[in-house]
Amino acid sequence: MTDTASQTNGPNLVRFLTRKQGGIKMTWADRVTYGYLLLGVFVMLLPVLWVFISSFKEPANLSEYPPTLMPVTMEKVEVEGYKTPLPLFEVVQEDGSVKVMAQIRRVGIRAQMVDPENPGAGRVTIDVKKATPVRKFHLAIENYEELLDSSGGNIWLNIYNSAFITIVATLITLVMNSMAAFALSKYQFKGSTVALIAIIATLMVPPTVILVPTYLIVSQVGLVNSLWGVILPAVATPTGVFLLRQYMLTIPDELLEAARMDHASEWQIYYRIVLPLSTPALAVVAVFSVMSRWNDFLLPLIVLNRPEVHTLQLALAGFQNENGIVWHLLLAMTTLTALPLAFAFLFLQRYITAGIASTGVK
Amino acid sequence: MANLKLENLNKTFGTVEVIPNVNLDIEDGEFVVFVGPSGCGKSTLLRMIAGLETASSGDILIDGESVVRTPAADRGVSMVFQSYALYPHMTVRQNLSFGLENIGMDKAEIERRIQDASKLLQINELLKRRPTQLSGGQRQRVAIGRSIVREPKIFLFDEPLSNLDAELRVVMRFEISSLHERLGNTMIYVTHDQIEAMTMADKIVVLRKGVIEQVGAPLELYNKPDNKFVAGFIGSPRMNFVDGKATSVTADGFNFSAEGLGDLALPRGQRPVEDNQPVSFGIRPEDLKVVGDEGEGWDFSVSVSEQHGRDTYLHGLLADGTEILVHQPGQFAAKRGDMLKVMPDENAWHLFDSDELAIV
Repeated sequence: MTDTASQTNGPNLVRFLTRKQGGIKMTWADRVTYGYLLLGVFVMLLPVLWVFISSFKEPANLSEYPPTLMPVTMEKVEVEGYKTPLPLFEVVQEDGSVKVMAQIRRVGIRAQMVDPENPGAGRVTIDVKKATPVRKFHLAIENYEELLDSSGGNIWLNIYNSAFITIVATLITLVMNSMAAFALSKYQFKGSTVALIAIIATLMVPPTVILVPTYLIVSQVGLVNSLWGVILPAVATPTGVFLLRQYMLTIPDELLEAARMDHASEWQIYYRIVLPLSTPALAVVAVFSVMSRWNDFLLPLIVLNRPEVHTLQLALAGFQNENGIVWHLLLAMTTLTALPLAFAFLFLQRYITAGIASTGVK
Repeated sequence: MANLKLENLNKTFGTVEVIPNVNLDIEDGEFVVFVGPSGCGKSTLLRMIAGLETASSGDILIDGESVVRTPAADRGVSMVFQSYALYPHMTVRQNLSFGLENIGMDKAEIERRIQDASKLLQINELLKRRPTQLSGGQRQRVAIGRSIVREPKIFLFDEPLSNLDAELRVVMRFEISSLHERLGNTMIYVTHDQIEAMTMADKIVVLRKGVIEQVGAPLELYNKPDNKFVAGFIGSPRMNFVDGKATSVTADGFNFSAEGLGDLALPRGQRPVEDNQPVSFGIRPEDLKVVGDEGEGWDFSVSVSEQHGRDTYLHGLLADGTEILVHQPGQFAAKRGDMLKVMPDENAWHLFDSDELAIV
């Protein structure tokens, strides 16, 4: 596993991506495989790519039809005598030549234009069919600037809330799950199987079903509108317990016995022997937890009702004003929201695959 | 430094009695080897002494003090595990110091003990490495080192050499023996390999199904096995057994007769044999002599001849169909299908009754 990972670096990447079955020649099976994989990449990556690219489009560009692939903007020019910069158009002249002109205003199918190099020549009325806008590639970074400015600092609060929930919940999840897994994998006690089955059985209950009871408990405890109200209800996850238990089963009991003879208390065995040896599985659980916490929508939606405790996901959903959805800001924020996870995956993918492979859980 | 006493020790898993009732005395400084086939309960017995397995009943006394309810760490014993059980995420030094740090020992004292042990076992170059970076023999040394630094009263070894290759096993066997001589501690060593038992032990305890079959010095067990099981288990290659009857019993001698083999006249000594008593005649491969292909002796047809150079081992069948093995010193020309005559050495045979007990 680590071998294939290291092969993806440097010039090996090309060799890795063009590997063929068996010999040197490409067989039909190779073609089908690569075709299928490319289709998969296309289907999965396209929406993400669309969001990413579109987040750099101006509002006008976003609502344009037909849509453009890359973010583009109309070329504009300052023309003497006009307050705002005017958009440039390529206008087909009567003699067939093409001239660049600036549009002052458009009424129906006619547009008033002016020659930007010679504004004194006066306005010309032109059929819009003869004019095509002059475009240039333009990354609308101002979407992001506007997002960060216009929210009045709220977005930083959202980021803080999301980050706080994600980090604290993940830490607590790791501790809770690993302690349960340790007990279930390394101790023999009456009812251990029942406990394990009960934990796994909760996998079969859809989260939406327990949403109302969860809310009632949270509200009884007085944690509505507190970040802890989102963190605490889901710190113990059945998948995490099961995954860690399966991994801990592979740690030889002799190690624990050796530690016991070395005067280690059960607590010390847990955090000095079992935890360090379970790092790959812990990494997997951490990644799953970070992912689900960061993307969590339902629980925060019902528990957190005040804007100052909103998470990023809630803020995203709230991105509409009286005129509808503010697409350019929404897209910019979606991109920002997805980035941390994307980076986490980039750097941790080696551990994730290794961890999942070694726990035998897919 | 301590003696160990097991009193009516019993271990039951559910309804299965793994160790029915064991009584054993081990003197201070002895090197005792528990030996037996797999599943004989020798490891369970060791783990009970270590405190990793609770005793169902009975008592374990170290230096006259009952430790049967004492936690493993406080019994003053240390154990070398079959898999070594080194902590993979710690360096050799941390592996050695882990137990000492846990009891809050002074840093300087820990360092002194680590230095002493690592010098003794020649692992001082390895202290910064992790177990995965060590060879099998080095891991073995570190595992022993971890026992030594604790300065226990009794060392316990659970099949420590079974993961090593044959050559290294011989080396480590010698090293553990010399370690015992230097430290002088009581050591209990579990193995299924009777060669390890024979070469290392002051005292061998042969176990079968949780029952002690015989306790004694290696050669005592070899020369005077109490029963057929010990006779067959101790000694390599194992003893041959021929089933037959005692006939023509007189005050001086008797005949051992088996179908197709004729009568073999043997001196009786003090043996309580009766006429027509079914007996099993035990003879070690090296005590069977090939006496040519004519004349007196048992007919023996060779099926396989193993040439070791210095020795020759002949596998084959007697006339009654019993499979036996004959050892011939030196190089001996024989091939499959050869008919030979073999004769037991008249001073080196064993006789067992139908209950497999030795008739002496």
